[in-house]
Amino acid sequence: MAQDEMIELVIIGGSSGSLDAILKILPELRVDFAVPLIVVMHRNISSNSLLEEVLASRTHLKVVEAEEKEMITPGYIYIAPPDYHLLIEKDHTLSLDYSEKVNYSRPSIDVSFESAAEIYREKLACIILSGANADGTKGVVYASNVGSKIIIQDPAEAIVPFMPEQAIVQTSVNNVLSVKGIISFLNAL
Amino acid sequence: MTSTAGKIEWEEFENLLVDITDQYGYDFSQYSKASLQRRILSFYLKGKFGGYQDFKNRLFSDANFFMYFVEEVTVNVTEMFRDPHFYKGLREKILPILSTYPFIRIWHAGCSTGEEVYSMAILLKEANILHKSLLYATDLNPTVVESAKSGIFKVSSMQQYSENYISSGGQKDFSSYYRANYNLAKFDEELTSKMVFSTHNLVSDSSFNEFQLILCRNVLIYFEKKLQSRVLELFDKSLDNLGFLALGSKESIKFSSIASLYIPFDTKEKIWRKMK
Repeated sequence: MAQDEMIELVIIGGSSGSLDAILKILPELRVDFAVPLIVVMHRNISSNSLLEEVLASRTHLKVVEAEEKEMITPGYIYIAPPDYHLLIEKDHTLSLDYSEKVNYSRPSIDVSFESAAEIYREKLACIILSGANADGTKGVVYASNVGSKIIIQDPAEAIVPFMPEQAIVQTSVNNVLSVKGIISFLNAL
Repeated sequence: MTSTAGKIEWEEFENLLVDITDQYGYDFSQYSKASLQRRILSFYLKGKFGGYQDFKNRLFSDANFFMYFVEEVTVNVTEMFRDPHFYKGLREKILPILSTYPFIRIWHAGCSTGEEVYSMAILLKEANILHKSLLYATDLNPTVVESAKSGIFKVSSMQQYSENYISSGGQKDFSSYYRANYNLAKFDEELTSKMVFSTHNLVSDSSFNEFQLILCRNVLIYFEKKLQSRVLELFDKSLDNLGFLALGSKESIKFSSIASLYIPFDTKEKIWRKMK
């Protein structure tokens, strides 16, 4: 299992019900939180830019919609843009991809988790939150196999438990944390 | 990247790209690697080859199979009137300017299976300027170009396209533009008669005409920066003064070598106008 202090990137995936968890986590991050965060959330295309604003109002970190070729930088929260898959390049820049949906989803959490894990390996933490879709499960398996740290929101607490439940059932990961636990984990990085 | 049937190591992946360029002349070395590697791996895993060597043998001994590979590893996802607000922008802001010209040439670079070209032809028709327009549609992939040329699309997509069309400001019955036969929809020859299809590789081919409008949406995201610059310079060479360049919603000419020659015409819809 990865040494938590080695973590250089945190990627959070969630679907229905995950916004609630993210809005609880962000304001609690410590002032000097310096690990870049990527948020991959399924969302309605038409509800567009509001998400950045909502998140930005809850944190001192800079919240931006991910741009292609952008260098991943500490102090930033990158949101996967609606209707694009978000991938990570070897040189730690972001890439966008408008290819087929995966698990009926674009952005797909599997795509981003696998891509980030391929590059960051044990320096990556993947957090899977509430959702009604099994997207993310394959990504968790992949990331776990290459040594990334996996954290699953406690299904008992998730608004929609299916996504975290699937991640638990399909993997040997038993790192299940409440939102409070996720906050402590992040603040210890 | 998934492990069940094996994986392609980074080094093998890079060697594969070099071998492809050597044998077939398709140069993918400046494509964004994360996406390309994911698609090549998924092609490899789906093909159930007897190992990586078997896959390579097939790829380099069978040119038809290679073309199928190109079709699968490049992204050909597209829709008619995708991002309806973009087409609304074209309708309301760009076409009134183009309509003042005696003759209009438009280039769809990376047209894939042609959905955008037919959408554009419909806009031109509704603006009563289709008769004096020519739409050049190019893609690196001969198979998708052939498909685009046929004007035949799946009937099952029509409901979505019709909704997109209406959101783009379309006021007609969308089904008046095609004839449905079983599960296929064939678009009017009047539209196709104004289209010129051809293969063209943005990596290696040069400028072939001058245009008043170039559309290249969701293509540059698959290219590394150096190749993006090459392509933008190619577009610049191919655009008339005061011509328009339209890119995808997450693409930009900002920070490129041609940026100073253009003004943002519609920032939200990623349309620039050439001013020099």
